[in-house]
Amino acid sequence: MDLAQLWFWIVAFLFVGYFVLDGFDFGVGMSLPFLGKDDVDKRVLINTIGPVWDLNETWVIVAGASLFAAFPEWYATLFSGFYLALLVILLALIARGVSFEYRHQRPDDQRWKRSFDWMIVIGSAVPALLWGVAFANIVQGVPLDEGHNYIGTFFELLNPYALLGGLTTLLLFFTHGVVFVSLKTEGEIRERARRLAVRSGILTIVVAASFLVWTGLAFGDLWFWILAVVAALALIGSWLANFRGAEGVSFTLGAITIGTAVFALFAALFPAVMPASNDPANSLTIENASSSPYTLEVMSWTALIFLPLVLAYQGWTYWTFRKRVSRSHIEGTEPAEPAPASGT
Amino acid sequence: MNEWLDPLLLARWQFGLTTVYHFLFVPITIGLATTVAIFQTVWTKSGNVAWLQLTRFFGTIFLINFAMGVVTGIVQEFQFGMNWSEYSRFVGDVFGAPLALEGLLAFFLEATFIGLWIFGWNRLPKGLHLATIWATAVGSVLSAYFIIAANAFMQNPVAFQMNQERGRAELVDIWELLANPVALAAFPHTIAAAFMVSSGLVIAAAAWHLKRGQHLYAMRRALKFGLWGMIVSGIATTFFGDQLTLAMVAAQPMKMAAAEATYVTVCGADASFSLFTLGTPDGKTELFSIRVPYLLSLLSTHSFDGCVEGLNDLQHEYEALFGPGDYMPVIWVTYWAFRWMIGLGVLHIVIAVVGLWVTRKGRHPKQKWVWGVAIWSFPLSLAAMIVGWIFTEMGRQPWIVFSLLKTEAAVSPNVSGLDVLISLVAFTLIYGILAVVEVRLVVRAIKKGPPEIAPPDPETGRVETHSTVY
Ligand code: HDD
Ligand code: HEM
Ligand code: HEM
Repeated sequence: MDLAQLWFWIVAFLFVGYFVLDGFDFGVGMSLPFLGKDDVDKRVLINTIGPVWDLNETWVIVAGASLFAAFPEWYATLFSGFYLALLVILLALIARGVSFEYRHQRPDDQRWKRSFDWMIVIGSAVPALLWGVAFANIVQGVPLDEGHNYIGTFFELLNPYALLGGLTTLLLFFTHGVVFVSLKTEGEIRERARRLAVRSGILTIVVAASFLVWTGLAFGDLWFWILAVVAALALIGSWLANFRGAEGVSFTLGAITIGTAVFALFAALFPAVMPASNDPANSLTIENASSSPYTLEVMSWTALIFLPLVLAYQGWTYWTFRKRVSRSHIEGTEPAEPAPASGT
Repeated sequence: MNEWLDPLLLARWQFGLTTVYHFLFVPITIGLATTVAIFQTVWTKSGNVAWLQLTRFFGTIFLINFAMGVVTGIVQEFQFGMNWSEYSRFVGDVFGAPLALEGLLAFFLEATFIGLWIFGWNRLPKGLHLATIWATAVGSVLSAYFIIAANAFMQNPVAFQMNQERGRAELVDIWELLANPVALAAFPHTIAAAFMVSSGLVIAAAAWHLKRGQHLYAMRRALKFGLWGMIVSGIATTFFGDQLTLAMVAAQPMKMAAAEATYVTVCGADASFSLFTLGTPDGKTELFSIRVPYLLSLLSTHSFDGCVEGLNDLQHEYEALFGPGDYMPVIWVTYWAFRWMIGLGVLHIVIAVVGLWVTRKGRHPKQKWVWGVAIWSFPLSLAAMIVGWIFTEMGRQPWIVFSLLKTEAAVSPNVSGLDVLISLVAFTLIYGILAVVEVRLVVRAIKKGPPEIAPPDPETGRVETHSTVY
């Protein structure tokens, strides 16, 4: 495997990280109207992801920058081609990002808080849908000219296959997030979340399975099928575990589902990075989209050294905030935790 | 094509607008992260709760601001590809590397440890919690380094070779790229300027309360910290600005000529620096000016008999080198931006020195205007920062990558004027609304003042610091 191929898989890994992590943030955000019966509930929900949403979101920044550095042509074609779709994603991420920090700044102003609640819901649902649309279009191929510029329109991106892809990510992230809520909360809301995940899980399984089968029949190779089958089994396992109340197992299997499904899409893509639907000669491939060997070597050393470090301190962060969030914790009726004497 | 829908012009407006906007928050983040870290360190070491109050007070302002830096930063990361795809193809091999390094080394650090800091009160041991804000501060400074190294490549391309077959610049030495002389000067200059901005904010917030005679104990300390911070960082900014001028003259003599609006090459005493020039609005004809002889020569070459090339001479030189075209930036912008940057900077050092004098030994000026000046030092130091960047970026025109790629050749060929217009309007709207929300929140947080904190528990010596929750 040469370095360009290695980077293809590193980019895949970075997107897996993004979708697994920010995926449950999106799900928690979307679940506000379903699980947040009152303001305290909503705050419980938001606080389950409060300490980590920013680090989760940073995965897409690093994925984007790595795409730029390792595959400049891919970055240029994808971002200019999917212009309006990305614009909408950006606007949604802006709305969502400020809401977490600004919502609580005026604790007594109900209208203020309701506005930000909606910005969180919409700001989570829109990217959850559009990332799926974008990735489905990449796998399916789009019309490109000889300069690798996208020559279709915005509405061509909203074709049935891509919309099914979008619906798949939307539902996957939703259920993933709701399971996360049941894993991170206590009492009534935890129970509500578990029941909601049972219901939404069935729909997720049906939609995701049809998307994977469609992808496999149209674009899949052996590796795709292997990964897709693992993803499907994990998804069903996740549902069963949730049904039996094993939240941790269910969440882990949900993360495996998303991870293997994204890898499966990259496997279906390989060795192209943006197939041209009009003329295969115009396709962008790992070969003609990648950076020079020297740049890839520099990037490989950096990733080799720093990615494990990043994973380590992010893992430690999740460990630090492993406790469940409860209503009494939010209302401050529970005495403040005493600072531990030694390291956690 | 309809001239209002010129994708190039709209893309330039869009990039300028979104970047200036991003950069309203960035210097505050860089400066305040360290400031808050210092306050928390002093509290940890001294146990004096006034410093804890200041930590929480400026910490809140920092977080309100940080959120904006983050969400506007994502736009920056994406829009090279969205609006400037030809540029991305041309420089990606070189420019992408520092950007990826920024994400991997700096943004991850910042984004992770900020969460630990916000939610870690009471949950982490004191020393570890203190370390999290320092890690955030280090992340923000690191991110500035990488992005400036990337930007410096556009000002002064180094460490690359042209690959004609693929029509792009390719990286040959990462260390040379990171040690670009322009970056080595621009980085400390920008960081020092960021501390001027955050010092301005600290001064302004403290003055607001002192003017009203509130929270005297904590705010006097904050004021003093801000005033000293302004002086030290102001001197550092000036020093590195001088270094940066040398690097800039070497890399882009046209920019220096444009900064001075000198049309013919001048040497020695004739290379005078105009403090103030009244001219026709396009800056092409001079009506009246106040000039300091030799100063321009000193600034550009550090010698009395140096020469500064004029715009017209450079224009001819570039035509011979790069073919026909207009190689001058917009002169009135560069001329005035350069003066406002330096003028506002020097003014703030003076203001801070006077501020220390009038408040010496606990004196408390009664005149309202003294506090008014202090409050204005925040927006004005931020303005100095912004015009400095406008000078840098607009002074580079017509090049996007100096001497290699023109801005007009860099824009995405397949993105229509309408697309860019839609996004320009959308960003303007959402940024406008958020600006109002953010400013109100910051003003509110300042007015609310530092939180009351009960003295330490006599038995355990512990201070009640409430966990933050959203
Ligand atoms: C508070 C802000 C502030 C202040 C007081 C100054 N500067 Fe500055 N300057 C900046 C903030 C700034 C900046 C916004 O941070 C820039 C934009 C690009 C950069 O690297 O820093 C900048 C750019 C910049 C450049 C352009 C570099 C280039 O285009 O490559 C020069 C030559 C100077 N500065 C020189 C000076 C000098 C000689 C100063 C004082 C005597 C000075 N600056 C004060
Ligand atoms: C350090 C990282 C930066 C990079 C990589 C960068 C890159 C760019 C690019 C690609 C353009 C568009 C092409 C062009 O018009 O030349 C541009 C233009 C511009 N940038 Fe920057 N920029 C940076 C920082 C800044 C900052 C901090 C500011 C202001 C606060 C700024 C202000 C502008 C303005 C005003 C323009 C429009 C110039 C014009 O078109 O006349 N830039 N920059
Ligand atoms: C035009 C080029 C620029 C790009 C592509 C860019 C990219 C970004 C991105 C993606 C973020 C969000 C990071 C997060 O989620 O934590 C961000 C924030 C930040 N950027 Fe920029 N940026 C640009 C200009 C600048 C410049 C010129 C500086 C510094 C001198 C800078 C310094 C920062 C800092 C310190 C943050 C941290 C968050 C905050 O500002 O509150 N950026 N930037």
